[in-house]
Amino acid sequence: MSTATTHLKNKADSSAFYMADEHDHAGGESTMLGFWLYIMSDCLIFAVLFATYGVLGGNYAAGPSPKDLFELPLVAVNTSMLLLSSVTYGFAMLAAQRNRAGQTQLWLAITVLFGLCFVGIELFEFSHMIHEGATPMRSAFLSSFFTLVGTHGLHVSIGMIWIVTLMAQVGKYGLIPENRRRLMCLSMFWHFLDVIWIGVFTFVYLMGVLR
Amino acid sequence: MKKNSPGGHDASHDDHSSHGTFRSYMTGFGLSVILTAIPFWLVMSGVLGSAQATSFLVMGFAIAQIVVHMIYFLHMDTKSEGGWTVMALIFTLVVVAITLSGSIWVMYHLNHNMMPMSAHDMSQIP
Repeated sequence: MSTATTHLKNKADSSAFYMADEHDHAGGESTMLGFWLYIMSDCLIFAVLFATYGVLGGNYAAGPSPKDLFELPLVAVNTSMLLLSSVTYGFAMLAAQRNRAGQTQLWLAITVLFGLCFVGIELFEFSHMIHEGATPMRSAFLSSFFTLVGTHGLHVSIGMIWIVTLMAQVGKYGLIPENRRRLMCLSMFWHFLDVIWIGVFTFVYLMGVLR
Repeated sequence: MKKNSPGGHDASHDDHSSHGTFRSYMTGFGLSVILTAIPFWLVMSGVLGSAQATSFLVMGFAIAQIVVHMIYFLHMDTKSEGGWTVMALIFTLVVVAITLSGSIWVMYHLNHNMMPMSAHDMSQIP
């Protein structure tokens, strides 16, 4: 609050022209578009990793193929974890709209739990594969597989750190406009990761087993 | 009555994009479950017989589910941010399409031209 008033004072001290010019830009008005552009650039990172997998995915170097490695029931459970976390995040946003800080935090906590399940199952799958000798060093297929799926898992992990941070923020400051904006950004990030996962389970797992 | 009525679209800065409702999230969730379960079932049971037909169908379900997520979870519409989100999305999709199809196309032909020789070709080498 005090920073806002000093900010206003500074504005008043500077030229009136400056103030009139800045008037339309209320706090964080363009943040959502900026964050959307970040999401789109992140989308390009994944596009390049998908392209790499598309090119290298068939080079097994006489090593294990997707059919030998992938267990679709496990992937289906993993997919449902991420989908459920997307919906619970949506419920957190609905609770935030109704000004229920406690409920928002509760749904965020449930989202983190589903996220933890997702990352846990993925790490279990990775360790299982590495234990069988299917390490990233084994073949170009496995290198590109671990890079693509690992990058997605890293995004989900960072998203969970972000969710915990926002839970603390909401706990300390409540549902102030700044926190609502952050929740909106995280909402886009989290749902975007679920969209990327659709591509992963379709192109990597389902079509890998079909190949 | 939700906040996202057209009349509520004033200068208040936390209301500039369309929010979801409980119903929209549940619709998106239901559609996603269906659009996930069918491809998994198709691949795991192998009912279609042909791997190629299954691949195409599975890709179709993926695209449908991505659209469902965009609409029901990301609340995409052509009006948010004065249409700039959609413009950015279209631009990204074009770049993604060029990246994916270009890489796979070029590298396929490269692989084809660098293919190891068959035993017959090998015997022809002086």
